[in-house]
Amino acid sequence: MSYYDLIEKYSSFDFDGFFDRLTDQDIKRIISKNRLGELDYLALISPRAEGHLEEMAGKANRLTMQYYGRVILLFTPLYLANYCVNHCLYCGFQVHNSLERKKLTLSEVEREAEIIASTGLKHILILTGESRRESPVSYISDCVGVLKRYFTSISIEVYPLEEDEYRELNSSGVDGLTMYQEVYDRDSYAFHHPAGPKSNYRYRLEAPERGCRAGMRTVTVGALLGLHNWRTEAFFSGLHAGFLQDSFPDVEVGMSPPRMRPHLGGFEPRVRVSDRNLVQYMLAFRLFMPRGGITVSTRERSDLRDNLIRLGATKMSAGVCTAVGRTAGDSTAQFEISDRRSVAEMSGAIYSLGYQPVYKDWQMII
Amino acid sequence: MRDVLKIGGQEVNSRLLLGTGKFSSNKLIPEVVKSSGARVVTVALRRVDLDYEEENIAAYVPKDCILMPNTSGARNAQEAVRIARLARAAGCGNWVKIEVINDNRYLLPDNNETIKATEILAAEGFVVLPYMSPDLMSAKRLAEAGAAAVMPLGAPIGSNRGLKTKEMVRILIEEVPLPIIVDAGIGRPSEAAEAMEMGAAAVLVNTAIATAGDPVAMGRAFGLAVEAGRAAYLAGPGETVDYARASSPLTGFLRD
Repeated sequence: MSYYDLIEKYSSFDFDGFFDRLTDQDIKRIISKNRLGELDYLALISPRAEGHLEEMAGKANRLTMQYYGRVILLFTPLYLANYCVNHCLYCGFQVHNSLERKKLTLSEVEREAEIIASTGLKHILILTGESRRESPVSYISDCVGVLKRYFTSISIEVYPLEEDEYRELNSSGVDGLTMYQEVYDRDSYAFHHPAGPKSNYRYRLEAPERGCRAGMRTVTVGALLGLHNWRTEAFFSGLHAGFLQDSFPDVEVGMSPPRMRPHLGGFEPRVRVSDRNLVQYMLAFRLFMPRGGITVSTRERSDLRDNLIRLGATKMSAGVCTAVGRTAGDSTAQFEISDRRSVAEMSGAIYSLGYQPVYKDWQMII
Repeated sequence: MRDVLKIGGQEVNSRLLLGTGKFSSNKLIPEVVKSSGARVVTVALRRVDLDYEEENIAAYVPKDCILMPNTSGARNAQEAVRIARLARAAGCGNWVKIEVINDNRYLLPDNNETIKATEILAAEGFVVLPYMSPDLMSAKRLAEAGAAAVMPLGAPIGSNRGLKTKEMVRILIEEVPLPIIVDAGIGRPSEAAEAMEMGAAAVLVNTAIATAGDPVAMGRAFGLAVEAGRAAYLAGPGETVDYARASSPLTGFLRD
């Protein structure tokens, strides 16, 4: 069974009816449970549960402390290339945008690696747009060959690959995979991805499973918040993570709840997701998956990110640049970031909150 | 007779072993070592960063302690063996705590893979302390494979739930000819004392100290509890009964 089969089971589920029937007593009972089922999780992202955020936060804080302690893992993304053949309405890299297209050469990758490594970071996330011609798997693999001299953990956020291709990258040094479904609702997915390979909903949906089978150690999934009803998107993101954890118990599964940011093309989010909504989603996920990773990116404001540390975040980016190379300038950037703090500034902030910023939490063993 | 804990031929002067994964700052590690009296400190190799002294967790372990790298993150015997070898090559010494986990929900160890890794590493001269689910046959096989001690869990890692596996740990203490160190799950000093009173050779604590309101004070409390529990074990606790003694002996009529 793949996640596609599980998500199909909910195709005619009456979410509004389910939400309407929930009582405060239901929410309290669920918060006190040891292990939450799928519908318990859904209940915690309901409008009814909004009145119980403080109780949820208390438990989320305790669970995170139990499994992760007082630590936050830091990483930074490196955009290798922004060539893209997709038509995603909401993305700065999409094919119709007149954006400066660029791809780092291996010597540029090396220079970037030196700059990033000088901040002390050991975990890096590499990204490309979807272009099998400009950034094929062999190119990504060559870049990994350079980067592994500087970093002990390399994750990819690239277009969906075949299982063999994931295996190839895994054996060349990639241990983590991030794959955003962007939007789990099928109609909305079709609307936002009108053409290009990314219009294949199922191929993308099942990519994390292929990555797990190929030996990835950490897999992160999620929806881009702002494209569709956030409650159902949060539900399907969490369910996806839970499905992966059940199917691949040896993989560290996590989720990330990115909210849309301004970008070239000016696509307006269809749904506004408030700070309160974001917090509710994170807390519900933590109660549903006590051991699941939660990544909070620099899309969020610094003050909000600081507050999310106590609410279940486990991993944060810092010193971020969304352009292709730090020397390229913003003309190649995917979106605007919000928290512009350097790695050192971010570390200082984490320490001041009584947590330890961790720069290294994996040792490459290939 | 002097009461000495010996592991791998080496005397260890404290029966409290300290884990380091969850502190709010590495700077707390030497302070907790001092307050607790711990002499063996375990550090995940995945966190050891030789390139960055200021953030390198291993650099905070006092030099007079035994540094015991652990294989956190290993999903099978092969990965555990590779991590142990990397740790030794990185200058982390000869001791290794084997941790093989491929269950990310409960973080329960895989005994079979742990036995395989123990066999390989013990043959390579490591002092091997395997973390395991308390099961007698697995513990005996670990002993045969060359483990220097056996470390059964008291409850799932980080759960602070105490000695949930008490009866199984008691069987290991009775049957396995190696030091039995209760690792994981101990949430309070009283539970550490309880394990020691049962005859555990030592306990390993991380979460309960690292996430306490005052880790340094909690380290001291654990140190005292472990000492008290050991002293009680050596003193031979009195018999406990569930009922009151009959005031007239039931066999008092026997005269011959």
